Amino acid sequence: MANLFGKAANQLPPKIVVGILIIGALTVAGIAYYFTPKYTRVGYMPKQPIPFDHSLHVTGLGLDCRFCHSFVEKSGFSNIPTTQTCMSCHRMVKADSPKLAALRESWETGEPVRWVRVYQLPDYVYFDHSAHVNRGVSCFSCHGEVNLMRTVYHKTPLSMSWCLDCHRNPEYFLRPQEKVFDLGWQAPTGRQQIEMGKQLIEQGKINPSDNCSACHR
Amino acid sequence: MRTFLLLVSCLVFAIVSVTGLRGTKTMRSPIEIFPDMVRQAKVKEQAPSYFFSDQRASRYPVPGTVPTTDPVDLPYLNTGTIGDYWGDGIPIPVTGETLKTGRERFEIFCSACHGSTGSGNGIATQYGLVGVPNYHSEHTRQMPDGQIFFVITHGQGLMLGYGANLSPEERWAVVAYIRALQLSQNAALSDVPIAERQRLEGK
Repeated sequence: MANLFGKAANQLPPKIVVGILIIGALTVAGIAYYFTPKYTRVGYMPKQPIPFDHSLHVTGLGLDCRFCHSFVEKSGFSNIPTTQTCMSCHRMVKADSPKLAALRESWETGEPVRWVRVYQLPDYVYFDHSAHVNRGVSCFSCHGEVNLMRTVYHKTPLSMSWCLDCHRNPEYFLRPQEKVFDLGWQAPTGRQQIEMGKQLIEQGKINPSDNCSACHR
Repeated sequence: MRTFLLLVSCLVFAIVSVTGLRGTKTMRSPIEIFPDMVRQAKVKEQAPSYFFSDQRASRYPVPGTVPTTDPVDLPYLNTGTIGDYWGDGIPIPVTGETLKTGRERFEIFCSACHGSTGSGNGIATQYGLVGVPNYHSEHTRQMPDGQIFFVITHGQGLMLGYGANLSPEERWAVVAYIRALQLSQNAALSDVPIAERQRLEGK
């Protein structure tokens, strides 16, 4: 019986404890890193039926966001443009481009172009675009520098804590109403932004709710 | 212990190389880790719905439907015509605020083709768009307000209508702004209030 456990067995219990701690720490780190929209959603860049280039249309041609997303100020839902909106120009501009085949097909058949949705909140979140863009929250705050994107991708995590960051401290993100759709605008930095934000909050009587029922109904 | 650490680092390396880092551009659909009620079988805007045979969740209104917000009992405000004729005059109060709205909407929806001053030289004309009229021509200056409203609503020639994107009030505001643009290119000194004239003449 005396020789059943060798001398090395004396060190086994602390080794097991250290091993479990290492595995535990790595598991926690892995979940914290991967089980969040910062990993699962950010960077999603699906292939669209038409390779629409926002940088060309917004920065190159100077089109306003609302030329296509025309109800963003009036509706909770920011619409994808109708085929007619595209065809206003594209019956004449690049009318034969193979990249626009899906658009021409839609124009002829009346079937919508099947764009792939990039930003999609869970169905139990009721986000209202008009409530935000009419109170000085720019497209930029959620969608990033779309004016420079050749292909649109998911820029921000849209997690609940991320929403609350702004709902609790809007002064860091608000901008003057006339700059909401101006994605190339450089926001002031540091204290200047906070001072401007506080002023805008006072002027616009902005009081973002952090009540559950604001977004979950 | 050494073997164990080696195994663990191999495992970490394998996981990171398969899953990648945060924010990497990818075409695969986002994973929903807790999918409870995240995607519900309800009708959503501009999304397909298998409840309807044509798979559209956004339904066409029944022909002849008019939004409750449309002033149906004000045909001129709504159509720009009086009987069989174009009406003239702007049926909403024209204030500084109206012109501001008109300018904003004009610059969003019209200036890409018509140009910011309405001279017909918008950016789209550099890319093959043809037949954009100049607002400052005699023909357009003589056009009744109601006809301009009708053109914004339904389009004319190569232009498609913008009636779906602009409310009637916004369209009238754009008409008012177009009139202001026309005035700006054809104004005489006598149109300027006397108090402002000296400043214009640089005295």
